[in-house]
Amino acid sequence: MSDVNTFSGNRGLQVEEKLIFEMGNPGCSGVDLPEPGPVDLDRMDGLAKRGAFGLPDLSEPQVVRHYTRLSQKNYGIDTGFYPLGSCTMKHNPRLSEKLARLPGLADLHPLQPQKTVQGALEVMDSLAEWLKELTGMPTVAMSPAAGAHGEWCGLMAIRAAHDDNCQGHRRRILVPESAHGTNPASAAMCGFSVDPIPAKDNGRVDLDALKAKLGPDVAGLMLTNPNTCGLFESEIIEIAAAIHGAGGYFYCDGANFNAIVGRVKVADLGIDAMHINLHKTFATPHGGGGPGAGPTVLSAALAAFAPVPYVVHGKDGFELVEGGREGAKPFGRVKGFHGQFGVFVRALAYITSMGADGLRQASSDAVLNANYLQAALGDVLTPSFDGPCMHEALFDDRFLKDTGVTTLDFAKALIDEGYHPMTMYFPLVVHGALLMEPTESESKDTLDQFIAVVRGLALKAKAGAAEAFKASPQFTPRRRLDETLAARTPVLRWKA
Amino acid sequence: MGDKRFTKDHEWISVAGDIGTVGISDYAQHALGDVVFVEVPEPGRAIAKGAEAAVVESVKAASEVYSPVSGTVVKGNQAIVDQPGLVNEAAETGAWFFTIKLSDPSELTGLMDRAAYDAYLKTLE
Repeated sequence: MSDVNTFSGNRGLQVEEKLIFEMGNPGCSGVDLPEPGPVDLDRMDGLAKRGAFGLPDLSEPQVVRHYTRLSQKNYGIDTGFYPLGSCTMKHNPRLSEKLARLPGLADLHPLQPQKTVQGALEVMDSLAEWLKELTGMPTVAMSPAAGAHGEWCGLMAIRAAHDDNCQGHRRRILVPESAHGTNPASAAMCGFSVDPIPAKDNGRVDLDALKAKLGPDVAGLMLTNPNTCGLFESEIIEIAAAIHGAGGYFYCDGANFNAIVGRVKVADLGIDAMHINLHKTFATPHGGGGPGAGPTVLSAALAAFAPVPYVVHGKDGFELVEGGREGAKPFGRVKGFHGQFGVFVRALAYITSMGADGLRQASSDAVLNANYLQAALGDVLTPSFDGPCMHEALFDDRFLKDTGVTTLDFAKALIDEGYHPMTMYFPLVVHGALLMEPTESESKDTLDQFIAVVRGLALKAKAGAAEAFKASPQFTPRRRLDETLAARTPVLRWKA
Repeated sequence: MGDKRFTKDHEWISVAGDIGTVGISDYAQHALGDVVFVEVPEPGRAIAKGAEAAVVESVKAASEVYSPVSGTVVKGNQAIVDQPGLVNEAAETGAWFFTIKLSDPSELTGLMDRAAYDAYLKTLE
């Protein structure tokens, strides 16, 4: 973009927006309140207000415009293609949103008497049944509020099981390099030490290296399948046998369950615990669009240690178990109340509207789309591994060798083209990774447009346009940000 | 300080008497990219050979620095904690991570000298 300067600092519809605390005029207000009567200063037991709050004084249209403008600077799945690998940025169906907003579900209070919320309990129970059916596992802990929270929940169950079996000395967890990035952190949070397992040249777990690390202090293994290279761990049965043979439990990170729903029952793989990201596989919103949810399925060996609460079929309808039951040894509670109920409604709506055949079709299409990307880009980018991929396609930066362009530059150039970049520099097992996950949401037209752009950029880089890449992004509210400076000397307050 | 010896994980150690100085190689800092955070061990901490001793984070990745030898930490380098960018500028000189009193100097024989490390780097390309 040319460096045209405007008097306003705005560039057409791209408005230069101040922080809300830098705006406003004293006395300006969006509402007209009556003068307050005399205030009883003792009512707060001495906690009287001293000085101003420092809130900006703004009119209603000023506030509306501010937040509307900020929202217009956002890029989300509703704006365009979002191939952020490992994140499964798929469409959030509006039917699920509509059902989650039904007053009978949206306006409940978590402390209402159970007999007045039988429908809500049935939603939780039905979703739990679907998750158990799709995984083949006997038990599910519904309350974890995110994927990593589910990992932690599964590891807590593993820890409780070891303690219960007088195996409390088992505190080492094996984590392959191809595992999801949160796995080592979750294990450490649980008080385990983390022992990495190297990957083989084909991007899969090195079974011999894994066997060499087994021992009487091993609590379990955390594997991601399909893994973060977008590959199915083809030796998973042998891996499960090895960890079980050593007295450990087998945790599977289910972040990529989207690739295998309806095709693989995880119980058949020898898995003891796996979380399911409802905000990935079951199309509920991510991050800022709403809380996530990471229900965690547990094998028979771990079922007794499942956290409370959970729903059971009682003699007078559905009941929420909040405490102990005969035979149960819950390790505790992982979340206030019952988990992310609004997300449960959306996930159940998605599952029931898709049906068993639709879920199977979705996972198949997700894999097909990723392979389409890999095949269409394979001659100009450098795929990291031979053969077909699962739900995401992994490339490394060999195609940029000697061009002067880095993976980071390439991603910044994609922003100028109107796309959210792919995941960069992860997984670490390949150099300068570019990880693309198209999901089943995208049409062939969208993929073809994206492919044409990526091919164009790759050829441009090879033709010697490093300077243009270094100068990108050009069409964003801010140009290239100094990420190093931001990380080294972060300014954490808007004003000193 | 004596000649540097290197590990396959790209740490170096240089020994004078029974005190070793440990850092990461120039190859490692280059692979990491701009370093933005460093954590060094506390003096007095006992560390086994190959155990996690320090942490280094760049804009691209976070990784551990493993001790090339067993021993007791003498001192961490506060300068690189205050200015992580020094690791990029002087990985094999001023930006050492910590010094360690060796408990078993014979462990040094298992490490690579400069020529062997350079040859090892070639295999990584």
